[in-house]
Amino acid sequence: MSNLIRIKRGFDVGVDFSPEPAEFSSQKLSQQYAVCPSDFPGFTPKLAKREGESVKAGEPLLYDKNDADVCLVSPVSGVVAKIVRGERRRIVRVEVAADENSTAMTFATTGLDADGVTTLLKRTGLWSRMRQRPYDIIPESGKAPRDIFVTAFDSAPMSAKSLVIDEKDFLKGIEVLRGLTAGKVYIGCRPDNEITTPHSETYLFEGPHPAGNVGVQIEKISPVNKGETVWAMGADTVCKIGHLFNNNTLDFGCCVAVGGSCVAQARFVKATEGESLRNLLDGNLQGEVEAMRIVSGNLLTGVKETIDGYLHFPYRTVSVIPEINEEIEFLGWARLGKNKYSFGHTFATWLGSKASHRFDARINGGERAIIMAGEYDKVQPMDIYSEFLIKAILARDIEKMEQLGIYEVAPEDFALCEFIDTSKLELQRIVREGLDYLRKELN
Amino acid sequence: MKESFQNRMIKRYRSYKPMFEPGGRLSAFRSVYEGMESFLTVPATTSKSGVHIHDSVDTKRVMSIVVLALLPALLFGIYNVGYQRFLSIGCDCPPFWESFAYGCFAVVPKIIVAYVVGLGIEFASAQIRGHEIQEGFLVSGILIPMICPVETPLWMIAVATAFSVVFVKEVFGGTGMNIFNVALSTRAFLFFAYPSKMSGDGVFVGSESYSWFGIGAGTPVDSFTGATPLGQLATSSGSAQLTDCLGNGLTLWDSFLGLIPGSIGETSTLFILIGGLFLLITGVASWRIMLSVFVGGFAMAGLAYLLPSATYPASMVSPLQHLCLGGFAFAAVFMATDPVTAAHTTLGKYIYGFFVGVLAMLIRIYNTGYPEGAMLAVLLMNAFAPLIDYCVVESNIRRRMRRQKQS
Repeated sequence: MSNLIRIKRGFDVGVDFSPEPAEFSSQKLSQQYAVCPSDFPGFTPKLAKREGESVKAGEPLLYDKNDADVCLVSPVSGVVAKIVRGERRRIVRVEVAADENSTAMTFATTGLDADGVTTLLKRTGLWSRMRQRPYDIIPESGKAPRDIFVTAFDSAPMSAKSLVIDEKDFLKGIEVLRGLTAGKVYIGCRPDNEITTPHSETYLFEGPHPAGNVGVQIEKISPVNKGETVWAMGADTVCKIGHLFNNNTLDFGCCVAVGGSCVAQARFVKATEGESLRNLLDGNLQGEVEAMRIVSGNLLTGVKETIDGYLHFPYRTVSVIPEINEEIEFLGWARLGKNKYSFGHTFATWLGSKASHRFDARINGGERAIIMAGEYDKVQPMDIYSEFLIKAILARDIEKMEQLGIYEVAPEDFALCEFIDTSKLELQRIVREGLDYLRKELN
Repeated sequence: MKESFQNRMIKRYRSYKPMFEPGGRLSAFRSVYEGMESFLTVPATTSKSGVHIHDSVDTKRVMSIVVLALLPALLFGIYNVGYQRFLSIGCDCPPFWESFAYGCFAVVPKIIVAYVVGLGIEFASAQIRGHEIQEGFLVSGILIPMICPVETPLWMIAVATAFSVVFVKEVFGGTGMNIFNVALSTRAFLFFAYPSKMSGDGVFVGSESYSWFGIGAGTPVDSFTGATPLGQLATSSGSAQLTDCLGNGLTLWDSFLGLIPGSIGETSTLFILIGGLFLLITGVASWRIMLSVFVGGFAMAGLAYLLPSATYPASMVSPLQHLCLGGFAFAAVFMATDPVTAAHTTLGKYIYGFFVGVLAMLIRIYNTGYPEGAMLAVLLMNAFAPLIDYCVVESNIRRRMRRQKQS
């Protein structure tokens, strides 16, 4: 007997994704890999390896300035090829060139108490794959989680049906996590893909995106209050933890959905975390690469990359769409709109099928003040007044932010609002800046 | 393939861009350039952060939907202006096209004046602030003439529009930031600054004869009275017998169809509802507000009808008739639903709309000083909308705080 929760407010963006064949296809191994610290908010990178030094798979490349135990590790064995820095010498990524002899670190996993497990997770880079609410950052050390939430499915455009890679590893992972919290471990599943374990409680989620966002699931199951801390993660991360405790080694494999209108053949690919996009997309693109928007991640929350870029956390999706479909669209706003995609009904597309649309990266309008009041509420299933929260964040009003539930949200929870926004505001950026501001002010 | 004329034109247009960039010769007109560019074509700007794909809808699209929705009522209003004029000069069966032409002569200059004044100020303030040009006035500019009596002089419209755009909108920060509905503020300005031109028997029917075109020439006949139904109620002593301009009884259907005197766009409930339906289908206006305004108005008028009083003759008019008279339907469909000045929360919208309806009827029926209450009701509720939202949001906050205490 499970608990069924129906998500009504939400929206499945009509991005065409019909992978063929439905199973995973494998491909040649990449030579180049990279770890990007900006994928892990809350992690302040310090170099553990210099250019030219050799690393094993699972050996730290970077560690956190605030807690030297928290590491980001190399997914392969090889040599640190390049450290790319951005503005003010910020580390953008550490690139690793793979070598032939794939040596991997092994870890002792038996006989560990909770502290031992924590340290092991930190050292193996698995810690940084978890997220803490409030602030949507990697878990802060020394804060015990009230509960742990695991989402077993991804509802964003172009994603695999289930995030559980290996059932045995998943069960083990849940067991390990259970030992880290005094509260409960909750799993959010689709009704047709229910997973139960002896150490957790399962909730079923029906309905459109963002049903798979762990933030929405937390809010429906047991919301975060001020002063509380919970951990959240995808089932893929749980499997990695389970794999570590079952096999004493780290698993860097991942299943990546590759799709979008510039991709010749949409498919699921067995890949390695952090591998180069050039290898991943090799021979599978149609058209000029310069005119494409390559996104490492899904189209709502992913990272803009180039063909020379790398696969980013959470290593699930790569989407490739045209940057601009039609250079000149005369009186585009006034057209009847048989070929315009919209959540609302202001274009004639509404009467036709919404099955597939050739999206491009244009904003389709200019930035304005919030005019269409209550618009965000149509796709925000959480019991949060998004518009008021956004305004409180913009005003940097800490008390109002707290009252309106900033501790419950992450930027990804506003991705759909940002998609449908008539005023074209960068909501995810606003929320991220608000969370960072709050953390800075309160700590 | 040969490039289309439009594409060549836009490319040519884009080639002028450097002149308008900061430092260019025409940089003082940058916002005008950008406004025109985004008017002519979808801007080629792509997302920099956050989502990589965006909905096709933008404010231009939303505003043009509202303008489209206003067209049925506007076209009918134009026709009705001519129709009333021909009735007043003793023509029993006004010819359709002549009536329409007369209406165009009377109404189109008002629309032009409102747009020129309002958009001029918008362009200037966009340039001063370095913003893009905001589209809000596209709707306001057409609303303003529609809620004015046909006899309003053009200079008054110009003055009132300038007042509203500057002091009701721009000083607050432009479209999206204003507290009061811009079009209604214009009307309120006219109403209080020039009361003699805004009510009475003489202002709702055209007196001009565009005789150099030979349209609508003639002198008003004696039996004709240009009083609106609500004007009649306000001045009558104890009787609720409504008549049309020639003294015949006014049926519910007459007031629903709207061939009666009144402000230009507000008389025909039928055509307003056609526009309203369009707004609801496209999802641009909130059905919650629209519905609750009608419910509130019906409830208040119904209550008054149950307790009729000779002191207030309007209380003897049936509630359905009340919904069709005056500017009520227009306010419910186009004014109360203005997303910026209405309540923003879902529950708040019901409360806001309901009170707009109640107050409109309350003022109309029990305050004989004001023949129509819809304008004042919407403006008053504009002022209360933030308070309503505050209370609704506060209940959400209290829920969160309670949860926090329990844990």
